[in-house]
Amino acid sequence: MSVRLQLNGVLIEENDVSPSMTVLDYLRESKGLKGTKEGCAEGDCGACTIAIQSGLGKVEAVNSCLMLVPQLDGMSVVTVEGLSAPDEAMHPVQQAIVDKHAAQCGFCTPGFVMALYAYTQTGDVVTPESVHEAIAGNLCRCTGYRPIVEAAFSVASRVDKFIPPAMEQSEYYTDGDEDYFAPTSIDQLVALRSEHPDAHILAGGTDLGMRASKDRQPYGQVISTAHVGEINRIERDDEAVTFGAAVTYTSALPALDEIAPSFAQLVRRIGSRQIRNLGTIGGNICNASPIGDTSPCLIALNAVMIARGPNGQREIPADDFFTDYRKTALGADEVLEAIRVPIPSSDLVFRAYKISKRFDQDISAVVGAFAITVEDGVVASVRIAFGGMAATPARALACEAALIGQPWSLGTAIAVGLALTEDFTPLTDFRASQDYRTRVARNLLQRLHLDTTQEAVPVEVMAL
Amino acid sequence: MSTADQMDQIKGAVHTNVRHDSAENHVTGRSVFIDDMPNVPGTLHAVLVKSPHAHAEIQSIDVSVARDLPGVHAVLIAGDVPGSNDVAPIFEGEPILAEGLVEYVGHPVAAIAAETMDIARAAAALVVVKYIELEPVLSIDEALQRNSFTSPPQIMRRGNSIQGIADARHQISGEVRCGGQDHFYLETHIALAVPQEDRDMLVYSSTQHPTEVQHGVATVLGVPVNAVTTEIRRMGGGFGGKESQSTIIAALAALLAAKARRPVKLRLSRDDDMVITGKRHDFLFRYQAGFNDNGRIEGIDILMACRAGNVADLSSSVLVRALCHADNAYYLPNAHIHGYPCKTNTVSNTGFRGFGGPQGMVAIETVIDHIARALGKDPDDVRRVNFYDEAGRDTTHYGQKVEDNIIAEMVDSLSREIDYPARKQAIAGFNQENIVLKKGIALMPVKFGISFNLPTLNQAGALVHVYTDGSVHLNHGGTEMGQGLYIKVAQVVASTFQVDIDQIKISSTSTAKVPNTSATAASSGSDLNGMAAHDAANQIKTRMAGVAAAHFEVDEGEIEFRNNRIYARNDSISFAELAELTWENRVSLSATGFYSTPKISWDDDTMTGRPFYYFSYGACVSEVVIDTLTGENRVLRTDILQDCGRSLNPAIDLGQIEGAFVQGMGWLTMEELWWDDKGALRTHGPSTYKIPGSRDVPPEFNVHILEDAPNREPTIFRSKAIGEPPLMLALSVWLALRDAVASLGGPRCVPNLDTPATAEAVLMAVDEARAQLRGG
Repeated sequence: MSVRLQLNGVLIEENDVSPSMTVLDYLRESKGLKGTKEGCAEGDCGACTIAIQSGLGKVEAVNSCLMLVPQLDGMSVVTVEGLSAPDEAMHPVQQAIVDKHAAQCGFCTPGFVMALYAYTQTGDVVTPESVHEAIAGNLCRCTGYRPIVEAAFSVASRVDKFIPPAMEQSEYYTDGDEDYFAPTSIDQLVALRSEHPDAHILAGGTDLGMRASKDRQPYGQVISTAHVGEINRIERDDEAVTFGAAVTYTSALPALDEIAPSFAQLVRRIGSRQIRNLGTIGGNICNASPIGDTSPCLIALNAVMIARGPNGQREIPADDFFTDYRKTALGADEVLEAIRVPIPSSDLVFRAYKISKRFDQDISAVVGAFAITVEDGVVASVRIAFGGMAATPARALACEAALIGQPWSLGTAIAVGLALTEDFTPLTDFRASQDYRTRVARNLLQRLHLDTTQEAVPVEVMAL
Repeated sequence: MSTADQMDQIKGAVHTNVRHDSAENHVTGRSVFIDDMPNVPGTLHAVLVKSPHAHAEIQSIDVSVARDLPGVHAVLIAGDVPGSNDVAPIFEGEPILAEGLVEYVGHPVAAIAAETMDIARAAAALVVVKYIELEPVLSIDEALQRNSFTSPPQIMRRGNSIQGIADARHQISGEVRCGGQDHFYLETHIALAVPQEDRDMLVYSSTQHPTEVQHGVATVLGVPVNAVTTEIRRMGGGFGGKESQSTIIAALAALLAAKARRPVKLRLSRDDDMVITGKRHDFLFRYQAGFNDNGRIEGIDILMACRAGNVADLSSSVLVRALCHADNAYYLPNAHIHGYPCKTNTVSNTGFRGFGGPQGMVAIETVIDHIARALGKDPDDVRRVNFYDEAGRDTTHYGQKVEDNIIAEMVDSLSREIDYPARKQAIAGFNQENIVLKKGIALMPVKFGISFNLPTLNQAGALVHVYTDGSVHLNHGGTEMGQGLYIKVAQVVASTFQVDIDQIKISSTSTAKVPNTSATAASSGSDLNGMAAHDAANQIKTRMAGVAAAHFEVDEGEIEFRNNRIYARNDSISFAELAELTWENRVSLSATGFYSTPKISWDDDTMTGRPFYYFSYGACVSEVVIDTLTGENRVLRTDILQDCGRSLNPAIDLGQIEGAFVQGMGWLTMEELWWDDKGALRTHGPSTYKIPGSRDVPPEFNVHILEDAPNREPTIFRSKAIGEPPLMLALSVWLALRDAVASLGGPRCVPNLDTPATAEAVLMAVDEARAQLRGG
């Protein structure tokens, strides 16, 4: 079986590429396409940005440094070289960057070109907000960004008419040493999981990809979830929205915007658009990082994780899913199939607050997620969960207990914040000190109070 | 020089907005960086073996297993260096591979070249190094206490600071710290060394200083300088990080290439780049000042202690520039400014845009802010009374007369433009009404000295050829790192010859073409190389004019170069025709140009002189908001007025101003270098080290270049340097954050806010200001 892709308009079939070769290495070293750059090999600088399109799906910007070559199977890929042929006029995005003096050293430029190219294909209305969101995953150290943002504004949203050919997708790819499985059903996925207990489950690969890009370690066996139809769906009924585990952040956003806008806003701060186009909700949960941003929200929203193993489905409350540092309640033969998020009742207020050094594309020092109902001025129900405060994302049970039944006042918010010291003893690291994490977590209760009681008053710096 | 009217007729004249020469290649991915060069068959890939310890004795290094790994072609340790294992730029004793002792986490111990990067990495893991751990010195404070320095302390003194402070009506003292900064050029360090005939070596190096790379490579190989050629077309950013540090990388690549007799590419991963190479110096400042009721300084003492790291590198020069900018735009009558390059077991810090100047300004601006708040005055009023002005208050603490001072006018102009007093009032009103969010605003004036502090370095060469079709080949010692130097110098040559800029071929910087160059640093690139190229072009032009005069039988004075043609009374010929004619007459169409900056001098013993040919000025107001619950903060608006003299290229200069400001803002706010208690840098990639993104740029960002402001010195077309000065305008952001914090304390609240002013630092300062208020 081979990897078939269309690269800058040319159909290619690859049979000898190592499954653990990154797309960036493939482009630069195998294909001689040196326009795409490595700036960090961790998906944080955007210099390696390319655009991909799966079937008739959307054109999406991704970090080629974090992708493995078999992930391109069935895809159409455009690199900076493919946007304009040597003798042709430049693509409007390229022309705009030239005209606005938006390239200085030029090393980040191809990445920006591709991020903006993908942005023009979204059809989004061009606003400062949407431009920043589109290029949050691209770092420039020279220009100060103003001309790049102006370039984005000068290129009206335009969807280039381009229909990629239908390509057959492989379910298995190997180079002899390493195996890459791409099952197409949940049953196959579960069977492969049982057969290959040491295999890596690859969803978007935005975390796992670093094994190839930074550590340059082979994977042995990889099981991709990308083509498993059942877990790439979002289903909605009256009570809940059920996100398939392999649903990307980008795909999840519209549903999240509907049921919990604050959660959606937080998701927009996870990684960058490049990361969110690949990264999945299930991946964020299963890697069980103490600083994964979705987990505290899911705990506060009382979500349910649906696991599947050889014996069928099993439900695990989000509270119980994270068992220890980077450990989950999933059995060795189980996979995460879906996440069911109850639709909050109309009187429930949900807020998620993320504290980090940089607003965009930063890993949290602290995330606080709050689901609260207030009846007649008194806290009737509350679920609070934090990330960054312990070895796992966790509920603040002492704080919740202190809050329930209390009048919802600033005094209460200040007082119950103190209870967080019973819940958590955070660590000091390069993202924040223990002292800061403790103070901020406490203060977020005050923010919550202001946020829920004084709607006219701005409570976050980004509101100005 | 021709008049501006005439120049406007050619394409790409000086003082016009010419786009970057590589713009189209950049956006199409066709620009070739060193890692993009076509692979020479047989090229090996190199990796470094690094010390895991901050301070340890090397007991033994066993490379035998690594060496035997198939695909490995060279393994190198200190003892294998054929020449001298020392590439110190100023002092001595800076081995490229650790000799007996490792002095920081990441210190290269061995280098390996193999057929693939993966083999090289595998081999690196097989090198066995036995260490005996020693106690490390990890902080400035500790080194200061132990008097452990990488070079002697440096002192600038004028008058009697002790008396000045004591006799003044008021006194303050305090301490402030500013953080370091990683350059985070998008292209990491890289060198490709290609062995040539004999023992010659051609090195493609991502460097701001090809000559130093050439010297370093010759030194380690033990060959004369003429056996080494360094070439660089472009860097993916430099910012000072590729001034001295690239020598280490190039020398290692060259050593491996010489040993393996094959081309070797050494490209650092981002993590290695951040761990192995130096950064901006972090500083500790302790100050005392005496001043009158208006806040005018009468005596000042500032201790400046910087983290030099394990070796001296450029630290002594960085420190001198910090000392020289302890005044910023203020007259310091009795001053004692003393600097200490602290030796620590951390990576040796190096040049970074501003080169100590920004840090020196952090110190003096803290003092000004402190004085103002101690007196309950507006900091801008205190700035005003301290500005350099009339005779008697116009000489710096290092003895240079400030002859071109325009800071007060610039500050007035900017204040008027932005209605500054009304903005301050509006902010006070906002702060009254809002409990959680607080705003702050501040103005930062900048006076920055232009020239390398060391007079010798202020020289440059260029090489210009005119071919018989009238096309021009341009080469000079300056390097292109995105700043637009190549296009600016090309504009100079186009204007000099009066030909369209597309006639000028810009070529890679090479030590074989222009020798003995200085680093492209200290904002000096266009000042120096522009002048050298102008000189070369003028020599050829004069010769061509002679040929034209003979041809038209007129006096040379009647020959005029204008709009791609050469005029003599009513006759004219094209530039190309004259080039052909010049050749036919057997007159040289090639020249080397040279420039050395006039007027400058420096006495290292007394630390006095005129180190700077001129000063560059700027003024900036920033408005910020902080969240007093989380410390999160954001710049809402920034207005800049920057002096560029008569800008060679306003579009390029605008890019420099904006880019420098944002980079400075990052340094002062979110960019935090964090070492653990073992001395390991834990923020070594963009996932952990946060430089500003597009959303962090002030949503209202107005940048203006000062108009009608030709340099009073005869610099190249009366322009001014632009690379570094605007970075310091970003101090307005930090000062505004202090202002916001101060709004929470009492009327005399002096905020305690070091840099970087991360959300955490701001919250701590907020809580402290509130506690002060409660306490008294």
